[in-house]
Amino acid sequence: MTGFMNLLGIWLSALFTLSIFSFLYKDNPFYKFAEQVFVGLSAAYWLVNIIYSIMIPNLFSKLITDFSGNLILLIPAALGLMMLMRLHPATQWISRYPIAIMIGTTAGISMLRYMKSDILNQVTATMINPFAAETTGAVVGNLLLIIGTLCGVYFFYFSKKQEGIYAAPSKLGIWFLMISFGATFGYTVMARISLLIGRLEFLLGDWLHLI
Amino acid sequence: MKISAGLERRLIYSILFIAVALPLLIPIGWKTDISGYTQIAYDLVEHAPEGTIALISFDYDPSTMTEMQPMAEAQIEHAFKRNQRVIATALWPMGVQMAEEAFGKVLLDYPDKKYGVDYVNLGYKVGGMVTIQAMGRNLREVYPTDQGGTPYEDIPMLNEVRRLKDIGWISSLSSGTPGLKEWVMVARDAYGVPVTGGCTAISAPGFFPYVNEQRQLYGLLGGLKAASEYESLLGRIGSATTKMDAQSVAHMLILVFIAIGNVKVYVTRRRKAQ
Amino acid sequence: MKRSFPLVFAFIVGFLVLLAEFIPHRPFSQLISTLENWFMIIAGFAILLGQISLIRVNSRIISNKEHDWQYHLAGMISFALMLIVGVLWGMREAPGILGKGEDIALWMGMKPFDYLFTYAYMPLSATVFSLLAFFIASAAYRAFIIRGFESNLLMITAVIVIIGRTSIGSMLTGWLPESWSFWHIPNLADFIMEYPNTAAQRAIMISAGLGIIGSSLRIILGIERSYLGGDK
Repeated sequence: MTGFMNLLGIWLSALFTLSIFSFLYKDNPFYKFAEQVFVGLSAAYWLVNIIYSIMIPNLFSKLITDFSGNLILLIPAALGLMMLMRLHPATQWISRYPIAIMIGTTAGISMLRYMKSDILNQVTATMINPFAAETTGAVVGNLLLIIGTLCGVYFFYFSKKQEGIYAAPSKLGIWFLMISFGATFGYTVMARISLLIGRLEFLLGDWLHLI
Repeated sequence: MKISAGLERRLIYSILFIAVALPLLIPIGWKTDISGYTQIAYDLVEHAPEGTIALISFDYDPSTMTEMQPMAEAQIEHAFKRNQRVIATALWPMGVQMAEEAFGKVLLDYPDKKYGVDYVNLGYKVGGMVTIQAMGRNLREVYPTDQGGTPYEDIPMLNEVRRLKDIGWISSLSSGTPGLKEWVMVARDAYGVPVTGGCTAISAPGFFPYVNEQRQLYGLLGGLKAASEYESLLGRIGSATTKMDAQSVAHMLILVFIAIGNVKVYVTRRRKAQ
Repeated sequence: MKRSFPLVFAFIVGFLVLLAEFIPHRPFSQLISTLENWFMIIAGFAILLGQISLIRVNSRIISNKEHDWQYHLAGMISFALMLIVGVLWGMREAPGILGKGEDIALWMGMKPFDYLFTYAYMPLSATVFSLLAFFIASAAYRAFIIRGFESNLLMITAVIVIIGRTSIGSMLTGWLPESWSFWHIPNLADFIMEYPNTAAQRAIMISAGLGIIGSSLRIILGIERSYLGGDK
């Protein structure tokens, strides 16, 4: 029976894969069906996971095993229920409290973490001695790194109009950004092709047994 | 002969399909160089002492598993090879299943590894950066049980781990947010734990600035090629390496499409000028 | 009260988080630890809110028999099926209401929830995103046209990186002597990623970081209120 279920599963997977691929020809009922099934399964997966990964171990289990010792957990439980009030127009305003707490927490943590990681550490990483590198290529690279970072940051300064000589670093910054976008495009091609290879490997290998 | 836009589009799709399928059916066996970023990520695991407890965060879903799953399998295998112990967590819900699949595959070659002693799957928690920060203070508070409901105190290998600082190295395999960026910001920059990781090729260019003298990131596995490089360093032909032939052929095809597109536009412009 | 009290909450919580960073001792460390644990539970309810909203939208489409309502019905059936099997028998190692589901796992090869995930969700998810490969090929043919100096720069970099990240790149310039190794295409691609790309990405990171700090401060101080929603 297990063997049959495994085979059925592979054929089901192949059916869904080909249904999605059929969109490349044109939109059709098979694609629409597969798309909605995907949405349904995805939503159910999230819900089941939330129940087993968060609600039960972090909330209900603690309240059931030691209610008096975990009384304080009634507060986040109440805030969570207040969040659900968003569903009804008359009680939507109640959901602002838990949302405000979540947004406030995230804003505070983001401010600190981005300040350290994305600003201070990145500026420090740019403050290098470019001539301390071992090879000529690395020295040139370090100089490009410093100039590119400064010109790139200068490009994003929009508080004053950049004219004449003041537009020159901005222009250089754009060139560095173009190089980065070209590199990103190259990597994007790599990423997308990889995903297709995975599906074809399934169709040709697991389903048709050609590889 | 004028080809309609619709037919042109389908022709491109068909050619791409064939170009990717053929190398899978008839493997070529091309070799690739190892990049510096992959070497740094490899060295972090290689130089960690035996018995180190590592944490691998599975922050991706099946949509990117072609790129990410080989990285996960390679890193788990590397850790097991070095007799290190692995904690699996996930900031994406599907990451839990991805972790189970990766362990399942690697354990076929390491049947002596015991759950709870050599590896454990703690499961998924929502919250991203906030959750990682909470893990930095008290891991048990965030994960009162593992994925199967076993209490934290009853898992032998977790007796030595109270918070993130007790972990030797962290690897985040991520395809979006929350993921590698959050682990760098909190685990590395706030708590000082070495962080390495992998990401889809699309996000890789954005993570390279973290590989710097401050060691915000210890190397980076960016995409399928990096996974293939890691497999080469481990000395095996894994699922990433077998796909590289198809990857190479498809890349050349994309360049051909770009060239034909530009030639077509150039010819059209010249005709209009005349 | 409906708008001002939540703003006060956001300020208090945000300010506490900032203060705890500089005073990592009691009671601030305990307060923040508690807040972080509560955050996970509230976030869980937020996801539950999203699910209920999805059910409501689809139910409305199905009951009003709007355009393509049959497909939405199929979506809801698959949602219900996966939810029921997940609740009854659990997933992977986690038990459900009817226990660990060992009997049914023996019959099917795995639990029904895992079966649906492996043979339905995984192929659907992977295939939807693999369509993008075709679209990028089509885009490369139609839209990636050389127009000026800057698009030239973009194109040349893209070509070097595309070739350099494959085995063909290694073969094309593998014959170059050691003194010319800089021009070996994979090395050239690595140089581009390590230096000019890093410079530009670092500039973006610094600028975006400054923006995030600004908007976080606006949220904490109550200047930014869009997250509160409409004026009710």
